[in-house]
Amino acid sequence: MTSSSLFNITTFAYLLSMLGFFAFAVSRIKALGTAASALAYGGLLSQTVAIGLRWKESYDLGIGHAPLSNLYESVVFFSWTIVLIYGLLDLKYRYKVIGAFVMPFALLGMAWGQLSLDSGIQPLVPALQSNWLTYHVITCFLGYAAFAVACGISIMYLIREKHEKSTPDNEQSIVATFPTGRVLDDLNYKSIMIGFPLLTLGIVTGAAWANYAWGTYWSWDPKETWSLIVWFVYAAFLHARITRGWAGRRAAWLSIIGFAATIFCYLGVNLLLSGLHSYGG
Amino acid sequence: MTTNEQSGIRPIWDFFCSLKLTMFTLITLAIISIIGTIIPQGSPPPEYLQSISQTKLKLYHVLGFFDMYHSWWFIMLLSLLSINLIACSIKRLPGIWKTITQPVMVMGDSLEKTLSNVTTIETRGDDSTIRDRVAAVLKTEFADPVITEDGEVFHLFAQKTPWSRLAVYAVHLSVLVIFIGAIIGSLFGYKGFVNIAEGDSVSKVKSRSNKEIDLGFAVRCEKFSVAHYPNGAPKEFKSILTVLENGKPVAGYDRVPVIVNDPLSYKGITFYQSSYGKLGEHEFIISDPDGTNPQPLRIQSGGSAKLPDGSGICLQETTQDVSPFQPGVTGPAAQVEVHMANGGNKTFVIYGNNAAMNRMNLPYTGGKLVQYRGGEEFMYTGLQVAKDPGVWTVWLGCTLMMVGIYIAFFMSHRRIWVRVQNGTVTVGGNSSKNQGGFQLFMEQLVIKLKKQLPLEDNK
Repeated sequence: MTSSSLFNITTFAYLLSMLGFFAFAVSRIKALGTAASALAYGGLLSQTVAIGLRWKESYDLGIGHAPLSNLYESVVFFSWTIVLIYGLLDLKYRYKVIGAFVMPFALLGMAWGQLSLDSGIQPLVPALQSNWLTYHVITCFLGYAAFAVACGISIMYLIREKHEKSTPDNEQSIVATFPTGRVLDDLNYKSIMIGFPLLTLGIVTGAAWANYAWGTYWSWDPKETWSLIVWFVYAAFLHARITRGWAGRRAAWLSIIGFAATIFCYLGVNLLLSGLHSYGG
Repeated sequence: MTTNEQSGIRPIWDFFCSLKLTMFTLITLAIISIIGTIIPQGSPPPEYLQSISQTKLKLYHVLGFFDMYHSWWFIMLLSLLSINLIACSIKRLPGIWKTITQPVMVMGDSLEKTLSNVTTIETRGDDSTIRDRVAAVLKTEFADPVITEDGEVFHLFAQKTPWSRLAVYAVHLSVLVIFIGAIIGSLFGYKGFVNIAEGDSVSKVKSRSNKEIDLGFAVRCEKFSVAHYPNGAPKEFKSILTVLENGKPVAGYDRVPVIVNDPLSYKGITFYQSSYGKLGEHEFIISDPDGTNPQPLRIQSGGSAKLPDGSGICLQETTQDVSPFQPGVTGPAAQVEVHMANGGNKTFVIYGNNAAMNRMNLPYTGGKLVQYRGGEEFMYTGLQVAKDPGVWTVWLGCTLMMVGIYIAFFMSHRRIWVRVQNGTVTVGGNSSKNQGGFQLFMEQLVIKLKKQLPLEDNK
C-alpha cells in the first residue's frame, strides 16, 4: 500500500466522521457520535501510517527528508495535528459534538491537499536542509491546530449564546446537545493554553533557525510579522480572561479572529502577499 | 503617600497598571503591524514606487511606513507595552511575594469562608493522635505540613509549588529581556554583505547602512560550487573559506566549507552563504562578413553591449570548450541574446572556431559577423556577514519565556489547611489554577483521611 492511497482513505474517513458528527448533533443518537469519533481515530491512525510511509518513500527515492517541506505536505500535517488535538480533548472531556465543528477543518485540509495540490515528493532546496525545519514546523502546526479547535469551540459558543437569547429553554434543538456556555468558554481557554506555548515555541525555533542560517533572528519578513500578530491576538485573549467583561462572547470573538490571523499567516502571506514580494525577485 | 499626592499621581499610575491598557496595546500592535506586511519595507523596489501616487509616496515617507517597525510610533507602542508590564508587576509583585514567603498557616473563620471545598470530619480520639495521623496522610499524599498550636487547637498547613505564582512575572520579564537583547544587537552589532571572487580575499564588508566595516582579519574564498539534484533543482551552494590573520591562514579556519544552513563564525562575526555569481570578461570580434575591418568588443559575464547597428547583445553563458556539449565543434562558445533594432529577440550561440556557423547569424546582428575569441571567468560567492552580541540575551529571554509560560499554564500553587479541634477535623484547600482538578484531588484526600482516622460512629 502506498502513502497516497492511505491519504485517500484518511480523507474519506474524515468525511464520514464529519457527516457522522452532523447526524449525531441532529439526531442525538449516541451510537452515531461513537461511530463518528471511531472514524476520526481510524483516519488519524491511517494518516499517521501514511505520513510515516511518505517519509520512507522519500528515502527510497534517495532524497530522504521529513514530509514537512511544501504546501501539500504542510496541509496534510496540519490536518493530522487538528485531529490529534481534537482526539486529546475528546479523550479528556468527552464532548462528542465538538467534532462537528472541528472535523470540517481537518477534512478541508485533506480534501484541498488530495484534490488540488501537487503531491509529488520533491528534494529539499538548500534553504530547508536543516533539522530546525522539523522542530519549527511541528511546533507551529501543533499550535495552529489547537487554535483551529479553539475556533470551532468558539463558533459553538456564539451559536449557543445567540440561540439562548432567541429561543425558550424547553424547545428542542441541535444546540441542546452542546455543552453549556461556561464549559465551552473553558474549553476555548484550555485549547488556547495548549496552542499559545506551542506557537511561542514555533516562533522561537523559527528565530533560532533564521539566526543560524541567515544571521538574523528577526527581520520583520511578512511571515514573521504575521506570526507575531497571531501571538499578540492570543496574548490579548489570555489577558482578556482576567479582564472584567471580556470573558465569554468577546473571548470567543478574539479566538475566531486569532484563528483567521493564523490561517492568513499560514496561507495568506504566501498566496496573497507574494505579489508584493515578487518585486524583490 | 499622602491623599494629595494620590489624587495627582494615582490616576496616571492606575492607567499604566490597567489591564485595559494591556488589551489596547496588544490589539493595536496586532493591527498596525499589518501595514508593514503590505507595504514593502526598507528600500522599496522602483516598480512598487511607480505603482503608487506621489501623494501616497510622500505620506508614506512622512509616516515612516517604509521602515515602520523602527518608526517612532511603533517604538512608542512597544515602550508603552513595556511600561505597562513593569507597572503591573510593581503593583502586584509585593502581594504575591508575601503570599509565597509568609504563608497564612492558620485557617481562621474569614479564610474558611473564602474556600469553596471545606469538609468536616467528626472523629473520636485524642486530638494530638488525630493531628499526627492527618500530618502523616498530608505528607504522603501532598506535602509535609507545618503544625501551629493555638491553645487547644492544632492547625496544619501544607503547600505545593508556591513559586509557580511568579511564573507570569517571569514571562513579563522575558519580554523585557528580549527587548534588551535586541537593543544590544542594534547598538553594538551590524549586518553586512560581501562578495568575494574565487581566490580573492577581503578584510572589509559593507553594512546595510552602506558603511564600510573593518573585520580586523581577512577572509579568502578558495572556491565556490553549486551541486544539483538529478532533476536540475539546486542541491547545495558551497564556498570554501579561509580566515587570514596578517595574511596567514588561522589554524582550524583553513579551507572551511560553508553551505546554506551551516555558516562560519570567527571572533563573533559570522559568515552565511547567501548568493553567488560569475565574474569575468569576454572578447568578441565584429567584422564584415568576409572577416575584414575587425573591431574588438568586450562584454562582462552576464553583461551586455551594443552592436554597430544599435541592437543590444546580452551574454548569457560561455564555455571555453564546447566539444562536450556539441560533438564535432571545438573551441570556445558563447550563448547570447540579441535585442534587434526592429524589436525582435533572438538567442543563439557564437563560436570561436567556426566562422561558417557564425555567418548564419548575420540576419540578427545587422549584417556583421560576430565571433567569440574566449574569455576568463570565475565564480564569486555572496556572503551575509553578521555580528550580534545581543543574541544570547535574546535566547535567554526566549528560554525564560518558554519556562515561564509552561509553569504559568500548567502548574499551580496549591494550599491545604487542616484544623483539629475537639475531635473535629476541618479540611480546606485552595489552588491558584485548575480548580476543577484540585476539587477532585481534595475529594480523594478526604476519603483517604477518613480511612486513617477513628471516625465518630465508625461508619
